[in-house]
Amino acid sequence: MISFLMHEKQDTVGVAVVDLKAGQVVQGRSLHGKASPRLKVLSDIPLGHKIALQAFKPGDTVFKYGVDIGKIVAPIKKGGHVHVHNLKTKRW
Amino acid sequence: MKTPTFFGYRRKNKRVGIRNHVIILPVDDISNAACEAVANNVKGTMALPHAYGRLQFGEDLELFFRTMIGTGSNPNVAAVIVIGIEPGWTQRIVDGIAKTGKPVAGFSIERHGDLQTIADAARKAKEYVQWASELQREECSVDELYISVKCGESDTTTGLGSCPAVGNVIDKTVAMGATASFGETTELTGGEHIVKAKAATPAVAAAFMKVWNNYNDMVMKEKTDDLSESQPTKGNIRGGLTTIEEKAMGNIEKLGKKTKFVGVLKPAEAPTRKGLWFMDTSSAAAEAVTLWAASGAVVHLFPTGQGNIIGNPIEPVIKLSANPLTCATMSEHIDLDVSAILRGEMSVDQAGDKLLAMVVRTASGRLTAAEALGHREFVMTKLYRSA
Repeated sequence: MISFLMHEKQDTVGVAVVDLKAGQVVQGRSLHGKASPRLKVLSDIPLGHKIALQAFKPGDTVFKYGVDIGKIVAPIKKGGHVHVHNLKTKRW
Repeated sequence: MKTPTFFGYRRKNKRVGIRNHVIILPVDDISNAACEAVANNVKGTMALPHAYGRLQFGEDLELFFRTMIGTGSNPNVAAVIVIGIEPGWTQRIVDGIAKTGKPVAGFSIERHGDLQTIADAARKAKEYVQWASELQREECSVDELYISVKCGESDTTTGLGSCPAVGNVIDKTVAMGATASFGETTELTGGEHIVKAKAATPAVAAAFMKVWNNYNDMVMKEKTDDLSESQPTKGNIRGGLTTIEEKAMGNIEKLGKKTKFVGVLKPAEAPTRKGLWFMDTSSAAAEAVTLWAASGAVVHLFPTGQGNIIGNPIEPVIKLSANPLTCATMSEHIDLDVSAILRGEMSVDQAGDKLLAMVVRTASGRLTAAEALGHREFVMTKLYRSA
């Protein structure tokens, strides 16, 4: 079963396509069909929300669609939930 | 791919419509009551009440007239009754719509009062609606359609599924010779360089960047924070979208993979030839779709994630979603469920084919979910305060 999807191979976050529960070991796939390595979900991630595919520290840039979608403002571990509490726009 | 055909209304000016509305159009806010009274009395007509039309000036006034005349001129409209408080601006709108060759008549309230105006306008409206009821659909081709696209209450599933499906239809229909338009100026922020690269010529790219920069300057001047909760919206955030850059990238999927855009339109401005056009619009759904309908678009493709329920009185709004939760909990609003893309069970190309088939059915008369549910959001764009 696909648990999350990535747009491009350089993406550092995936999108949960089902509700993910903390502790689950899950696998995703890129839209081009390439399977991701398995990783452990650190906190509940609802359908549509993003999972960290690597550890991030404040100031890091997040890539999705293969492009810059904003900067990290709080540390995230691999498998963590990436959203408004730790990722901000670089615009506005 | 063979260009599909459907049964539509070919108007006197050769433009093709897919609906046959007789509308009662108020020139101004204070004429709404008379318009609604006419529509209540004459079955099969539709009033389009709105909030503006008084003391506007400059570019804002030009946009007002473009929206009014464009709405009446849309090929989905068979005939128009225009009612205003005074005869001058009323006649200006009547004259603008009359250029299409369709029946249009104006009535003004001063020196007559509401009741006499309603009686006179209702008599004419009855004549128009009976005339329109005898018009026949005839075989038309998808390349004769003008399609607008915009998403709403987006989430991460729109970028994965429903917006790419729309982009696939844009690639297919524009290649067939159709006319199409995208917009949402602010919502391209973070991906404006990608949109710029999709311009057909350097001049078009420069025109796009000028419009985008102007809008961005306005946002930077008026903003009080980072626009969190407005762009992205609360609904976007609930659905997992975090930043405007991320939202923009999903949005841009609607432009297709291959298609270049051939020009830049002012709000409510009609394209002058076939192909894909950028229009400078707000990203608010009802405002933007009203502008496209006024530019002559006859069908709108609307991907949604969390479930924006918008409709438009003039152009049918076809909704699709790739979010399984939305398709399950709000099924009455969704014309096409493409959530199988998320499960890896449907390709974007297959979703595009299904959406194109839905466009053809809608063009031949199938009511969209929004039409069946009575969604007729007519919201004019206003550029600044009135005098």
